Amino acid sequence: MTADLANVTNLALAGLLTGLVYGLMALGLSVIFGIVRVVNFAHGEMMTIAMYAAVVLNAALGLDPFLAVLIVAAAFFAFGYALQAGLINPFITRPEHSQFMLLVAVALIMVNALLVIFGPSARGVQLDYLLESIEFGALLIDRGKAYAALVACATSALLFAFFRFTATGKAIRACADNFLGAKVVGLNVKRYYALTFGLGSACVAVAGCMMILLVDVTPVIGPAYTLLAFVIVIVGGLGSMGGALLGGILIGVSEAMAGLLIQPSAKSMFSFALLILVLLLRPQGLLGRKP
Amino acid sequence: MNRKAVLLLCILGIFLLILPKITNAYVLSVATLILFFAYTGQAWNVMMGFAGQLSLGHSLYVGVGAYAAAGLFFHYGVGPWAGLWLAIVLCVLLGMLIGFLAFRFSISGVYFALLTIAFAEFTRIGFDHIDWLGGPGGLFIKVAQRDKMDLLNFRGPPAMYYYAILALAAGAFILCFFLLRSRAGYYWQAIRENEEAAQALGINVFRWKMLAVAISSGLTAIAGVFYAFYYNNLFPEQIFHISRSIEIILGPIIGGVGTLFGPILGAAVLTLLADGITELLAAMGLEFPGIKQVFYGVVLLLVVMFLPHGIWPALAKRLGVAR
Amino acid sequence: MNFLEIQGISKSFRGLKAVANASFEVPRGAIVALIGPNGAGKTTCFNVIAGVFAPDSGKVIFKNKEIQGFRPDQVCAAGIGRTFQIVKPFAGLSVLDNVIVGALQRERSVSSARVFSLSLLTKLKLDAKKDLPASSLTLPDRKRLEVARALATRPALLLLDEAMAGLRPTECDEMVGVFRDLNRADGLTILLIEHVMRAVMALAQKVVVLHHGEIIASGTPAEVVRDPAVLECYLGEETEV
Repeated sequence: MTADLANVTNLALAGLLTGLVYGLMALGLSVIFGIVRVVNFAHGEMMTIAMYAAVVLNAALGLDPFLAVLIVAAAFFAFGYALQAGLINPFITRPEHSQFMLLVAVALIMVNALLVIFGPSARGVQLDYLLESIEFGALLIDRGKAYAALVACATSALLFAFFRFTATGKAIRACADNFLGAKVVGLNVKRYYALTFGLGSACVAVAGCMMILLVDVTPVIGPAYTLLAFVIVIVGGLGSMGGALLGGILIGVSEAMAGLLIQPSAKSMFSFALLILVLLLRPQGLLGRKP
Repeated sequence: MNRKAVLLLCILGIFLLILPKITNAYVLSVATLILFFAYTGQAWNVMMGFAGQLSLGHSLYVGVGAYAAAGLFFHYGVGPWAGLWLAIVLCVLLGMLIGFLAFRFSISGVYFALLTIAFAEFTRIGFDHIDWLGGPGGLFIKVAQRDKMDLLNFRGPPAMYYYAILALAAGAFILCFFLLRSRAGYYWQAIRENEEAAQALGINVFRWKMLAVAISSGLTAIAGVFYAFYYNNLFPEQIFHISRSIEIILGPIIGGVGTLFGPILGAAVLTLLADGITELLAAMGLEFPGIKQVFYGVVLLLVVMFLPHGIWPALAKRLGVAR
Repeated sequence: MNFLEIQGISKSFRGLKAVANASFEVPRGAIVALIGPNGAGKTTCFNVIAGVFAPDSGKVIFKNKEIQGFRPDQVCAAGIGRTFQIVKPFAGLSVLDNVIVGALQRERSVSSARVFSLSLLTKLKLDAKKDLPASSLTLPDRKRLEVARALATRPALLLLDEAMAGLRPTECDEMVGVFRDLNRADGLTILLIEHVMRAVMALAQKVVVLHHGEIIASGTPAEVVRDPAVLECYLGEETEV
């Protein structure tokens, strides 16, 4: 293997691993949209909060993010459930722009509450093993990235299993397929919506705890993550779970590779160009069903 | 519109006309900001409020309009009165391109909104790499001399900018008033309410949606030109940012989507609210970054929760004037 | 040449034939009913005429002009008005404004459209409710509004998609009266899809029966109801006679 090729492969691999974490974040958005039909414009902001939660748990209790993730995910599940049950459920029948405004207000509060509490400077976690790499011949893999990606995969697998094999998961899918029908057969649709939003939030929480292993966090990064999640789910197919992961990997790898070809600052232009193309040519996304 | 509404408008108009004579520079700058958002809100409202097409990327037109006029002025000394036309033409073409793609491929609702965001973000990052227009470091045009009036190059005292944006806001209001009562207004509202039924009544939905986008983007371009010459500096990071798009649409949504007074009322309420919160927090000694926006967010939340159609329809009922 | 001529239209969805080689005519000034059990392809047939879909094959000829494949707005401009089975009022607009939207198809100005719309509202007994938002109307009134709006485009042919469904017998009779008047006084040609046999028998001069996408009978109402093939396909079907 030539040095150049190895370099490119390493970049792609790093992109793939980051992409899996992106994918998990987007999975949360996709599940929420697929079932509740609400676009969570506060998604990236929730991700940022999870990242800060991991930072705080690490700084205060010395908790490794791989342990903290359990606490953060549980808390986010409860928060997401409450948010849907208390705030969003009454907006289900309102027009899109009204739902959008509601979540923009929530996002605004989140970003700026973080700013008030933590100030504008960047935070991160320092763990020795994050700097180590695993070597396979010429291939180098960051330990932190590898573990993060593993956790992302495991979480996604759990979510898939939940929707496919549990009675509750099946009932939730029934709500998505046929709101009225689900109501008629006596399913408590609003409770399932809250459950879904809780699960989507838990996904974001896990993704956030993993993301803090890869990058530092500032309060104002939230909207950028929201946009990133949009790009990923549209590319993969809004509402499709597999599509979110695939989209995440695509964006992760292409961001990493784009760094080779164009200026790093222009790399997200690439993502948006991809988004525009997908919207025009295959608006249901790569793995989405035709609406 | 009944007589009571006309009377209210006249009082408001006279008040706004004499405002620079009776107040200080600070109040005038706040009033200018309010009118700026009243104007951009009115422009956005043509697309969303009238024709039902949710754009979350109107910062695109503000930005392209601003850079077009400022670029011409900066490099070639061409004044904004000429640059204005370039700005309008560019933005209308851009808007129609987005509209053409979206409406031809039948992209609507959330997907359309995301498409508009994508175009705005794409352009924002693109402008970061156009060195001719200053790139991320920004484009600066010569600051106006406060005491000298140079109408030809749109340089002058704050009152000149105030009257300019007042004229724009009033013009947009009158334009929308007549649009809403014209064939276009009826057709747009029909499309907004039910596209299929509109089509069955002989409306070429594509063509009328394109007209709404063209008017909306063209009007917004003018706001961009104003922005460039009022603030004298442009940064892609600021002018194209999604938060700018959100600022534009907050006014009409809070004030009342699809109404004529909504954008004006919403802009006033939001700007004064932001200012009021700043003052209040300063008085309480609570001045850390972000706290103002938290309060702002909470108020927004309350308004969308309890006044789903915005403030104006509720207020209009109370005042006994037509919507 | 007939006023409206359907020549062998077929339309499939995902391999499923909804309409297969259907042909029939609607003479000028007639009232023709398209009937058949659920899933017989009536609505597909109707939507092909109205321009919602293009047929896979076959022709729709209206006033000596082929109009198959036209967009709905072009079909309307050609002189065919339609109503929807599930009414689609412009909910946020007033009753009068709903009709004005339709009237603008032929009227030059909003003010002349308003005058014409008011006369239509009077004809359909909706004039007292002209300033109410359409969302506040009851179902029978919404159905009337749907008709008023379609008439406002000054169609030569009116397509009615189950205009009577969900109405009480007295309301249904009133609607029948309205359509009969329009037909007699204004010479309006009407093609209706209808489940309510009471209305079909009272209105139609000619009935076309569709079953599994194919036309199995056509003739006067009296002939059709005696047709054994028709009786068979309706057997076990819930029909209101």
